[in-house]
Amino acid sequence: MIENNTSLQLEIAELMVQALNLDTTATEIDPEAPLYGDGLGLDSIDILEVALVVSKRYGLQLKADSENNHQIFSSLRNLTEYVAAHKTN
Amino acid sequence: MQTLSLITHNSLYKTIAWRKGTAISVAKFLADVDYLAALLPAGKHILNICRDRYHFTVGLAAAIVSNKVSVLPPTHTPEMLQQLQTFAPDVFCLHDNGNCDIALPRLSYPTMPEYRAEKVSIPQIDVQQLIAIVFTSGSTGAPIPHAKNWGSLVHNVQAQAKRLGLLKNADYCIVGTIPPQHMYGLESTVLLPLQSSNAFSSAQPFYPADISGTLETIPAPRILASTPLHLRLLLEADLKLPELALTLSATAPLSLTLAHKIEKTLKTPLIEIYGSTETGQIATRHTTDTATWQLLPKVQLTQSGEQVWASGGHVDIAVPLNDIIELTDISHFLLHGRTQDLINIAGKRSSLANLNHHLNAIDGVIDGAFFMPDELSHDHVTRLSACVVAPNLTAAALLAALRLKIDPVFLPRPLLFVESLPRNATGKLSRQALKNLFSVSVD
Repeated sequence: MIENNTSLQLEIAELMVQALNLDTTATEIDPEAPLYGDGLGLDSIDILEVALVVSKRYGLQLKADSENNHQIFSSLRNLTEYVAAHKTN
Repeated sequence: MQTLSLITHNSLYKTIAWRKGTAISVAKFLADVDYLAALLPAGKHILNICRDRYHFTVGLAAAIVSNKVSVLPPTHTPEMLQQLQTFAPDVFCLHDNGNCDIALPRLSYPTMPEYRAEKVSIPQIDVQQLIAIVFTSGSTGAPIPHAKNWGSLVHNVQAQAKRLGLLKNADYCIVGTIPPQHMYGLESTVLLPLQSSNAFSSAQPFYPADISGTLETIPAPRILASTPLHLRLLLEADLKLPELALTLSATAPLSLTLAHKIEKTLKTPLIEIYGSTETGQIATRHTTDTATWQLLPKVQLTQSGEQVWASGGHVDIAVPLNDIIELTDISHFLLHGRTQDLINIAGKRSSLANLNHHLNAIDGVIDGAFFMPDELSHDHVTRLSACVVAPNLTAAALLAALRLKIDPVFLPRPLLFVESLPRNATGKLSRQALKNLFSVSVD
């Protein structure tokens, strides 16, 4: 399970780098660092773009009201855990 | 004294808002406005940051009936809040967020008392009353205030309602993906329904699934007020949406391709709105019919040298527009992009001059410049780049310093550290030189 998540985490990091044209590589993203603000520096426009690629790739829909949205995007690790728990493909 | 009604609904039992699946009547709305108005502190200026559109609207209306002025800054960075306080020392903040940490006196949106039918009347507001001050960022860091009085706001959205065909007593409900604090959101998702006897949804849906979920909780006929960004993501998410009577888009022009896709997939007419913080909305177009914008009645554009000025109708004082405009006849024009200095990212506005001012004001920055790459498509958000000479600063420290001054959407990506900027012999930095610098470094 942990190994699965590690590869999922890298895959999501790669999706993010690609979707946002980030100035960093997937392996350089600290899984614990915040995605918003001071960490990776994403903003709400980025989050929408990431949500779209993640929804398409893993067959899930993110909702801002049903889940703690800020929690999901608080770090790459949390996003990965959310995707692992909700993915349908 | 000439007055205009706070709302145009002709019955106290009509629905003015939908909140979490529940209809809110005009009478309940007016009771909530009265209740909140009595709680407002003495200060004349209110920063209303309520995220729930119903809370925002009750806050706005409570301020209006108490003769207070809503201040709408472009961002809430610590620096902007300080400037706001300098501008209006009595400013207080109305919020509906338990974790609000805005450094101003704060009032939390109250739990409203249970509604009991009582005698209420619809307030009449002096057309000259100052309702809002909307700020744009100036070129030297100081925000520029734009005053909005009741008469001009009302005339503007009533002209819009007429143009869009919303005065048919059809009980439209408007869902907005833009915040009510943004000029477009204030007009099209708050004042438009109030002044056309229609309703609005309290939600501010974020993800595509939130948009479809919100639309499902309101009855037809539905209107979606959105932006190219949200509409593109909504299409790409490929969700089943309830029937839409009309879709509005503003903040950036849509491509013809995306406009066609939206109309075909969402089965809705799509009308684009053109406006600015200074002028409010002044024109519309049905994009799949024509690239030409049609001005609202009585609004005029005048060419003066390189600049085009708007005046007439609800535009009280003639203002220059920040876009490259070609007048095709007295009431129509074509849009050919923005003037070089103006930056607009997903509806947030700044100028290169202002951003460069903040960049160069950071301790340790010897020289620096922002650069806006050519937009490949309006439907995708293009980000700014910047290059700096700052040998003793790390990227993280520089970005942290910038974050205090400018909205995060303007943070540069990439941020290049260089030994010197490609200035010419007279010290000028051309756009072409910056373009070359970035194209070399990216390859």
